Amino acid sequence: MEGFLHQLLLGLASGSIYGGVALALVMIFKATHHVNFAQGELAMFTTYISWSLIQAGAPYWVAFALTLGGAFLLGSLIQVAIVRRVQHAPVLTVVIVFIGLLIILNSLAGWLFGHTTIDFPSPFPADAWYGSAYFSPHEVGMTVVTLATLALVYAFFRYTRLGLAMRAAALNPASSRLVGIRVDRMLALGWGFASLLGAVAGMMAAPIVFLEPNMMVGILVYAFAAALLGGIENPWGAPIGGFIVGVMENLAGAYVVGTQIKLAVALFIIVAVLVFKPSGLFGRRSVVRV
Amino acid sequence: MKKSRAPAITVAVLLVGGCVAPFAISSFHTFQLTQILIYAIALLGLNLLTGYSGQISLGHGAFYGIGAYAAAILLDHAWLPYWATIPVAGAVCFAVGFGFGLPALRLEGPYLALATFALAIATPQILKHDALEKWTGGVQGILLDKPEPPGLLAGPLDADQWLYFLCLVFVVVSYVIGWNLVRGRTGRALIAIRDQPIAAAAMGIDTALYKSTTFGLSAMYTGVAGALGALLTGFVSPDSFTILVSINFLVGVVVGGMASILGNLFGALFIVIVPNIASDISESAPWAIYGALLILIMILMPRGFAGMVRAVAARRG
Amino acid sequence: MSRRTGLMATLALLTIGGTAAAQKSPGVTSTEIKIGQTMPYSGPASAYGVIGKTALAYFKMVNEKGGVAGHKINLISLDDGYAPPKAVEQTRKLVESEGVAFIFNALGTATNSATQRYLNKKGIPQLFVATGADKWSDPKGNRWTMGWQPSYRQEARVYARYIQQSKPDATICVLYQNDDFGKDYIAGLKDVFKDAYKKKVVKEASYEVTDPTLDSQVVNLKAAGCNTLVTAATPKFAAQAIRKVHDIGWKPLHFMTNVSVSVAAVMQPAGLEKGVGIITGAYLKDPTDPAFKNDPAMLEWRAFMKKYMPGAPESDVNNVYGYAVSETLIQVLKQCGSDFSRDNVIKQAASLKGFKPSLALPGLEINTSGSDYRPFSQMQLAKFNGKSFERFGSVISGD
Repeated sequence: MEGFLHQLLLGLASGSIYGGVALALVMIFKATHHVNFAQGELAMFTTYISWSLIQAGAPYWVAFALTLGGAFLLGSLIQVAIVRRVQHAPVLTVVIVFIGLLIILNSLAGWLFGHTTIDFPSPFPADAWYGSAYFSPHEVGMTVVTLATLALVYAFFRYTRLGLAMRAAALNPASSRLVGIRVDRMLALGWGFASLLGAVAGMMAAPIVFLEPNMMVGILVYAFAAALLGGIENPWGAPIGGFIVGVMENLAGAYVVGTQIKLAVALFIIVAVLVFKPSGLFGRRSVVRV
Repeated sequence: MKKSRAPAITVAVLLVGGCVAPFAISSFHTFQLTQILIYAIALLGLNLLTGYSGQISLGHGAFYGIGAYAAAILLDHAWLPYWATIPVAGAVCFAVGFGFGLPALRLEGPYLALATFALAIATPQILKHDALEKWTGGVQGILLDKPEPPGLLAGPLDADQWLYFLCLVFVVVSYVIGWNLVRGRTGRALIAIRDQPIAAAAMGIDTALYKSTTFGLSAMYTGVAGALGALLTGFVSPDSFTILVSINFLVGVVVGGMASILGNLFGALFIVIVPNIASDISESAPWAIYGALLILIMILMPRGFAGMVRAVAARRG
Repeated sequence: MSRRTGLMATLALLTIGGTAAAQKSPGVTSTEIKIGQTMPYSGPASAYGVIGKTALAYFKMVNEKGGVAGHKINLISLDDGYAPPKAVEQTRKLVESEGVAFIFNALGTATNSATQRYLNKKGIPQLFVATGADKWSDPKGNRWTMGWQPSYRQEARVYARYIQQSKPDATICVLYQNDDFGKDYIAGLKDVFKDAYKKKVVKEASYEVTDPTLDSQVVNLKAAGCNTLVTAATPKFAAQAIRKVHDIGWKPLHFMTNVSVSVAAVMQPAGLEKGVGIITGAYLKDPTDPAFKNDPAMLEWRAFMKKYMPGAPESDVNNVYGYAVSETLIQVLKQCGSDFSRDNVIKQAASLKGFKPSLALPGLEINTSGSDYRPFSQMQLAKFNGKSFERFGSVISGD
């Protein structure tokens, strides 16, 4: 039983990582209606920026705050300089642009920062009272941060004017312009915020998975699955989807099919769920006028 | 209205050039050209799905791999001669693709992307699994002999050139079949389903059957390409078929231009040659250059190479 | 073919032949030896690209000192992204377009498997392949292919024998990367335990390179109740494993693959105190080992790193590896005299007697012969004491 409980908690911990990145994916989707495949690499790159600041002597929280600002700027810049230019192009063209971004960021990170594994610091002390053998202080802290971020994102979209304007700009750009919403600005902001969320997710994940250029490659797969499982439009879906994916993957590996194909099995289960609930667990079916 | 002769002339020129090429260029370049031909078949398969049918697939690397392994296993156990393994590989992939398409067609957009993505990730894991190791060779993979030209042709042709012409034949056959498919009823039905799914269903088109069949056909083409690819490389292993293969195919189809047969050829050329060019430009971060080129091309030619050609032709005509 | 064409062709051939006369054998001119390799500079194994960069730097140093017998070494190192089809393409490019003399230290089991047949058929040495897979020593079947490092399988056998001697009632768990690297360790353990394998090894757990963490696998293994753990993981995952094993209060007799024992790249990120007691089989000197602080070979290596690879972290064992294997190649070339033909190169590579690379552990030496294509087959066990890996016992053979 102890093993089972442990696997469960581990699943929650990894689910927290997936959920964090999934939140960034949801944010970008809500703001732009695109699934940004480069989100993981953006998160990794901004985490490297944070590490560079820390190496230069900045205390953790200062580096954290500066990185958030930097991530926001980088995200908005990418939208304005690159994504905006393919705004009216077919969906797949935009996907290729994201793939291009992914490749550039991955390659640049390797070139600028090297490929050696780096130990990224955690702001949660290793001997804190809230840790245990099952759930380290960092894992506890990370889960709290993810849930707090989720609450902020949800509140932002639900209760603020800016959030509403963003959703409108993504849903119906033409009408939004008519009511005075600066659609271009909303899109840039959306990217900025998503990039910021990604940076948080990256800095929370790095102490566990270690920082290196390919850090996010595996995580993105799970985050993608988590975001879609939860329903790509729903911020709540992201962390819940993440927890489900994390727990299911661990249990499948430990008790069901063994570690050799647990990834395949987990993904297939998710796909099976989607076949029955095509908009995800918490998504809403969009009705299209004929 | 007079139909433009340009496409027919282009095809003729390409065919003639294609037949002469292996005698004019080095063995290595023949090898590269063969790789381009093989990818052209794979891209045709993906194009059938994304271009004509409007569905997205991030998982065609899986079919490429399944086709390759099918051919490799058959050849390894000497159950079939090499040329027979290719259609069998195609048939296997058709079955898998059709089977996958049936449930998957309920999904759309990013959800379908995830499902195909899952397939691409799962396939190498399954290929490596201990239970299948006896057939697949597990992580060690399977080594294949390069096909030798048959008796009569063994004199004038070497192995590289023979394989090239074999692939050229398959390219021509695939494209002729594909062309007819797309021009005919099936093609029109697919375009109808892509553009106006509700209206199409209302008109009596069996959407489910068409979508699954398209998936199957698309997988079949890519599987044939995979089998040929296995013969070209002479080796299959799970590491050869990672998600990068699927992404590469998607890049090729979009850069070449969707729903265009000539565009496929350009796309295949792109994904084989441009990474090498990028390496020549920058030794330290070649992939950053490649990514930048990708983005630039997408900005300048949002509908791919074929799209640009169409736009230019439209302006002229 | 008309007479005129025939004449032109002959003239062309003569001209080419004329310039080719400067070439004494493929890839070799009177001033240069051109060699090639494929390395994963991109993709999942990009961390190993450093090995290629180190080799390039080493040969630059050798060339500045005059090269070998007046010949400069020109290494052309191409990216294959760890993908076998790309490796085949790049290798053919090196052989057919660049005309290299031989392939040196190409990396990866799958990639080298893919190119092995082609190179052996064409009689091109596939020298010192950068992989520890056991299959490279096959002088009868593939006489042009030779490995260099002790194979993973040999290493696992050393661990297995040690377990048999010092802990005969051990219950063993294996944590391995699900590819040829990880599976070779399982094969090595099976070699020694034979039929008793199923009884002694109670649980195996694998992970993929794309897995974010292997925490779940570690917990799984602990639950199986073993008191001995063999880990075949690459550096990042090794660090995760060491840390997790400690954090969940598990204290097995822990063996770690020598691929992942760099103090600064693995032990430190994991937490130095968490790795105490870990045993590995080493064959190269660890740059962070205080025992080698003033070792003359180490000092020379540090000077090399400073001058030719500035900015590179000194704690990366890949730099040591790249240096040592390049040094071995220079020894082979020196033994060649002035005959750098492919035939002689492989012959000399198979005639290394008692060669001690400067960065190999004291007591270890490289020996090859026409029937023994295993340059390194010895190692020495070392245990981590919180600061460095302390060697103990004597030099062991992995055969």
